[in-house]
Amino acid sequence: MKEYPTEPLKCWEQAKNLRKNYYEDYLRAHEKGGLRWAGGAWSFSGIPAGLGEDVYCITGEPYGATVAFFKDFAAKCHDATEAAGFPRTLCAYMRNYWGSILLDKYILTDGTVVDGYPAPDFIWQDHICCSHGKWYQLVKWLEKKRSKEVPMYCVDVSVGYPSDFSPEEDYKVDYIVGQLNDGIEWLEKVTGRKYNDALLCDAVWNEIKATSLWAEICALNQAVPAPLDEKTMYSLYVMGTLMKHRPECVAFYETLRDEVKDRVKRGIAAVSTERFRVITDTQPPWGFLKIFREMEKYGVVSVGSLYTYGLIGMWQYQLEGTWTPKPVPPKKPQTREEALQAIVRWTLHKPEWAHFYQPELKTKMMDSIVKQWKVNAVLLHYNRGCEGLSVHIAENRLGLISAGIPVFPFEGNMGDERDFDLAGTMSRLTAFFESVGLKKLKE
Amino acid sequence: MTAGVDVGAKFAKVVILKDGQVIARAKALVGFDLLKSASDVFEIALKDAGLSRNDIQRVVATGMGGNAILQKPPINADEAVSVIVAGAAGAYQVVPSVRTVIDVGAEEGRGIKVEGGKVKDFVINERCAAGAGTFIEAMARALEVKVEDMGQMSLKSVNAIPMNAQCCVFAESEVVSLIHSKVSKEDVSRAIHDAIAGRISSMVLRIGVEKDVVLIGGCALNAGFLPPLEKELHTSIIVPEFPEFVSALGAAVIAANPTR
Repeated sequence: MKEYPTEPLKCWEQAKNLRKNYYEDYLRAHEKGGLRWAGGAWSFSGIPAGLGEDVYCITGEPYGATVAFFKDFAAKCHDATEAAGFPRTLCAYMRNYWGSILLDKYILTDGTVVDGYPAPDFIWQDHICCSHGKWYQLVKWLEKKRSKEVPMYCVDVSVGYPSDFSPEEDYKVDYIVGQLNDGIEWLEKVTGRKYNDALLCDAVWNEIKATSLWAEICALNQAVPAPLDEKTMYSLYVMGTLMKHRPECVAFYETLRDEVKDRVKRGIAAVSTERFRVITDTQPPWGFLKIFREMEKYGVVSVGSLYTYGLIGMWQYQLEGTWTPKPVPPKKPQTREEALQAIVRWTLHKPEWAHFYQPELKTKMMDSIVKQWKVNAVLLHYNRGCEGLSVHIAENRLGLISAGIPVFPFEGNMGDERDFDLAGTMSRLTAFFESVGLKKLKE
Repeated sequence: MTAGVDVGAKFAKVVILKDGQVIARAKALVGFDLLKSASDVFEIALKDAGLSRNDIQRVVATGMGGNAILQKPPINADEAVSVIVAGAAGAYQVVPSVRTVIDVGAEEGRGIKVEGGKVKDFVINERCAAGAGTFIEAMARALEVKVEDMGQMSLKSVNAIPMNAQCCVFAESEVVSLIHSKVSKEDVSRAIHDAIAGRISSMVLRIGVEKDVVLIGGCALNAGFLPPLEKELHTSIIVPEFPEFVSALGAAVIAANPTR
């Protein structure tokens, strides 16, 4: 059987350190006289950057995922939220996040649990799904119970997912830009700081570059053998969910892009025995990423997903079904208005919006990923922990099956291990692999 | 000669094949020690056929405990395959025209779309006992009747009583309520079979039902389960002889065709 050469990523340590520093910077922001803000990974994170270089954020979904990875701490968070009266059917990231506040403990990327949850100075959020705005209303309320008054601003982004804007749809962009303009005034008011438009333009430009770069990296995974596997990609795309507006993120993705290009050129595989390529959908069960290593025993590599590619990556998706990284605009924005217009237009191209708005389009997108990335089958995570990204997933299954693509659905939860049955899932996955003619290559 | 060993949640089943013909079958309850349980029943099958382990060229294991006997003495199974693949191969062996297999065992209910004995698609009930044989066992306990009497009892029912519970635990409460409401055991038994047939059919419909449909697994022995299942699926269903051995048979067939 053919085996490809493989080697570890050279920039792996850099990725680990970036993520580690991010959580520590947020924790220690006040020691440096800086500001802390909290919000979602989808938020327009470049906007608060105009308040100064010493403004640090913590994005909620990646923090919820970090909690989920450390199952003992996650279990304590679940207990705390349930004891406070919140049902376990709510968003699992949100419950992990609330649990951390309720416990008054903060977890770092190496699993160190620090006493005292660091309250944000303000909340800057987008209402992207049924939970995101409410999530931080509750954070504000929980902080108030701890005698901390945290002001909150939430942007309504519910303008749908146009695959491309026509001039007639400019009102949608203007609607969001208007809220961001108001938001800048609000930021000045609640922080007492003078807003710096040059910093805003830098941050927006960084975000545009970083998200285009991530798409470029994902596009390289079309190569056979795949230079990256999805489990590894989770540790790499995360930078875009934490700090897409930061120069460190751009620099890291440039380094990574060059390294992945080199791997493709030299035929370096993520999985040496690659012979069957899959994609997944939505967030994985973070506490059980070992399922990806189990898959490798069958020579199966997950080369990504609409989620991994499209949550951070910015693409030019053509309706006839082709994906190319969205090119960076020719000119960096120079004014506040230019920056806001640019970032809103850019953000509304995020393919991940299709999850919320257009199940048929999402199916079509997945189908075209299957074709373009030379994928053999799709693993669908019926993720009980995320209503937003799981909505319509059964429709996606039917659509993919109609397109002749083998589909393996499995139930789980991205952030609550109680909803995931590892042994059962592995047994079903084994049956699926056998049904497509694969045999286990090694124990 | 080859053998298939299906180590299920409740029973271990062994089939020995010679030139494509079954020469021995054996089954026994599975205890905590899966290897011992399977080895004991394997020994019974060998004894019935007048054989020793050395007479068997290849053994394929399947079922939830299949890996427990993989390359472990005394059985030393050569390979373990999923019960989906084994069920499809076994059903194809007994009914070559099969296109849909419904396999309801103690732990799981499964639907398998089959083409030429190969799996095209499948579906398994998730973590819910209400779609498996365990459900009928639990309800039999609530009714204080033997599980093997449940099927015949339900066929004597004169009233269809809807059971709303979607969950084995809640269903048990509902059965208790029905008993307190003086509903006959026959009608309650029918309600239970209707409920499990509803669960299984809605699951199987996710992959589509094409004739011929074959019902296998221990629940296929239950006379009360077939009529409501046929009614729910609007189709006739074939129950082969020895339906609980079909996956073990499939494993034996796979053992006979290692280069499949």
